[in-house]
Amino acid sequence: MEKLSRRHFLKSSATVAGGMMISFHIPAQDPSQETMIGPVAPMTTSELNAWLTIDPDNTITIRVAQSEMGQGVLTALPMIIADELEADWRDVRAEHADVNRSIRQAGVYKRMLTGGSGAVRISRPYLQQAGAEAREKLIKAAAETWGVSRQECHADYGKVHHKATRRSVTYGEVAGLAAQLSVANVKIKSPEDFSLIGLPKPRLDTPEKVDGSAIFGMDVRLDNMAYAAVQHCPVLGGRVRSFRFNAIRNMPGVILAVRFDNGIAVVAETWWQANKAAKALPIQWTIGDEGKTHSETFRNEYLAALGTQGTSVLKQGETLPALEVSEKIIESDYLVPYLAHASMEPLNCTAHRTDEGLSLWLGTQDPESALNAASKLAGVAPEKVQLTNCLLGGGFGRRAHTDIVEEAVQIAMEIDRPVQLIWSREEDMRSGRYRPMAAMRFKAGFDLEKQVVAYTNHSVTHSILRDLGAPVDNGIDPTSVEGLSNMPYEFSPKSITHTIKNTHLSSYWWRSVGSSQNAFAMECFIDEMAEAATTDPILFRKQYLANRPDLLEVLEELRQKSDWNKRLPPGTARGVALHECFGTIAAQVAEVSVNNGKADVHRIVSVVNCGNLVNPAIAEAQIESGIIYGLSAALYGKITIEKGRVLEDNFDTYHVIQQSEVPIMETHWLLSGGDKWGGLGEPGLPCVAPAIVNALHKITKRRIRSLPISDYYLQRA
Amino acid sequence: MVRIKVNGEFHELEVELDTPLLWVLRDHLNLTGTKYGCGIAQCGACTVHLNGTPSRSCSIPVSGVLQVDIVTIEGLSSDKSHPVQKAWIKEDVPQCGYCQSGQIMAAVALLEKNQNPSDSDIDNAMTNICRCGTYTRIRKAIHSVANVSGSKT
Repeated sequence: MEKLSRRHFLKSSATVAGGMMISFHIPAQDPSQETMIGPVAPMTTSELNAWLTIDPDNTITIRVAQSEMGQGVLTALPMIIADELEADWRDVRAEHADVNRSIRQAGVYKRMLTGGSGAVRISRPYLQQAGAEAREKLIKAAAETWGVSRQECHADYGKVHHKATRRSVTYGEVAGLAAQLSVANVKIKSPEDFSLIGLPKPRLDTPEKVDGSAIFGMDVRLDNMAYAAVQHCPVLGGRVRSFRFNAIRNMPGVILAVRFDNGIAVVAETWWQANKAAKALPIQWTIGDEGKTHSETFRNEYLAALGTQGTSVLKQGETLPALEVSEKIIESDYLVPYLAHASMEPLNCTAHRTDEGLSLWLGTQDPESALNAASKLAGVAPEKVQLTNCLLGGGFGRRAHTDIVEEAVQIAMEIDRPVQLIWSREEDMRSGRYRPMAAMRFKAGFDLEKQVVAYTNHSVTHSILRDLGAPVDNGIDPTSVEGLSNMPYEFSPKSITHTIKNTHLSSYWWRSVGSSQNAFAMECFIDEMAEAATTDPILFRKQYLANRPDLLEVLEELRQKSDWNKRLPPGTARGVALHECFGTIAAQVAEVSVNNGKADVHRIVSVVNCGNLVNPAIAEAQIESGIIYGLSAALYGKITIEKGRVLEDNFDTYHVIQQSEVPIMETHWLLSGGDKWGGLGEPGLPCVAPAIVNALHKITKRRIRSLPISDYYLQRA
Repeated sequence: MVRIKVNGEFHELEVELDTPLLWVLRDHLNLTGTKYGCGIAQCGACTVHLNGTPSRSCSIPVSGVLQVDIVTIEGLSSDKSHPVQKAWIKEDVPQCGYCQSGQIMAAVALLEKNQNPSDSDIDNAMTNICRCGTYTRIRKAIHSVANVSGSKT
């Protein structure tokens, strides 16, 4: 490879991507757009609507409003549009939709947030509609050209046909006329007519991800770009009192320092120089009482709060008298720690303040919030902020936050060059936005026939919404009780209460949100109840799900697929868990043994009902992805606080699983069809920890009621 | 001024000698296919070949690679045609894709040493971290390369 100048690199990096010009393609017919980098679309490109353009050579470019962070939206969402469009899939390319345009054109891309497993679940109907309307315009254009009735024409594989005269025309040939037409009352297909939806098409973004040409936020290269690194206060909530720039002024490459409330950024010619100087920069901090906190203190405080009354979330009947007359009562407390997201790509954002406005390059799950936050900070009108949404090197919720954008903009305001801010892995892991810590108490009463006659649950959880400044005045953060307040088991009477309890740490969305901790506690306690009722865990669950045939079906399928009743070698056991979130039911059986004090997970069988599948290959990868992410959390995940500081700061202390620890994963679909299009990015995760812990109990005869599992030395009973 | 050889080309650079190879590749040569993940040789996202040996470029100062043949993901092929790249495409391995340059470089080095690695060979050699959980497809892709090259002999 020849030595590349920066200018050359910019041009080639956008075209090396081949069919995929992700994020660097500027929509045609939108000349107000500032073309920062990348090829300019040919003038003859026709835009049929905001979601898609067609070139004369039939290339179809589909805009995707959700962000590609591994979950496959750059393939699955185009499939939904292309199906209605009757496109030839080989002609289709994908790119991220332009958030600036959505802001200028009254939300033309509707929902641009990526989260809540919502890409397919929420956007499918209007993407189908967009594809169908474009198809109708193409058919109408062809019919007009031929002077025949629209009813005599039909479309398939990227062409419009007139059967009677055996004429056909490619989409590229009629796209120019079609773009000028309007259509009304266009109906979308019935599911039995789907031609693409349901097929395991290869991902469109794979080729550029095997040769290093894919452009993530950190890979953006601009002329004359500087780099920035940051040192944040090691105690969250702490503030900069003073710092001594003179101590680093003469280090190689150092340009300037920028002061934030909670840290200092150092700008240099390369990121290595910036980070070295940032680490060497002497900073005095103002740290309050938060500097005296410890994980142990938090644990004690959360467990103590379980004894308070809490706010009632749900109450059916009177549990107190029912418990008083119960023959047997069981009660258990569960506890989960804060967790880091630890995306592979540390947080970063590139910003450039110019006379015309502000330009941003990053991978974000929430481009609108990022753009608006930057606009506000820089005092630049939103329509003058250009945001290029690059590929995301993992997100898991973390990349919806605007903190990295706000810092990058503050730096860009101080320097007349583009600047790329990268948080070191240590800063990324120590600087907050964790999966909330939570404690949960469960109580169940049984009668003489071992039937459940009372159920209570009280959760004490760090509230994400309170951290975000959203109103939680009624004492309930609904995201904290996901899976608890809507649990499917018919226990009566029941009482579900909640207490918000925040620490100086900050919390944020983490893959599967409330379900990530609540399914663990809930499904482990269900196994405790089954044991108290001396009933098989699957049978026990079925007993209290009589009105949920969909859940019963999933459990029965899982019982069969997991070989639930087949004997295992001594020291090996199976555990089960069931959970519903983001419109999808997932149940799992984990097969586990204990070796050298540790859990060894051999096999995880999943049965999933998300209603319908857009792309089974991507769907399966998402379930496995959720399992692996959940497995790391279940086995190893914890953020530890000492004197207010986060101890885990890199992958040597924050362990995640490697290739050698990956279980056999089998995913079975039980699709109920109809209007159910459940999410898949998150539902694979919640059952992993409880299924493993329930299996371990059979081996060790001891209940694990807190995570991670690696806190326990496991022994066969 | 240092002189290093990357993907067959010599480069003369003004750079401090303690700069890790990773940042020379990324910030001086704009070879951004090699990724920063941890900076402490834990995650493997920065894996490159040094004289054919898979090495974590975030923890190797440029002064240590002056007489070394350095190959990055960009040097594997010019057209995604390396057998491991082809296997990665066939098995549709990547999700977010950020760790995959490192995974592929580790897999290429493994397969060059061991044409038919067992599962435990893969476990031992492939210590790169993937947060998306593409591990199963990575294993499948490595086995598929082994099978293709095995059938030729």
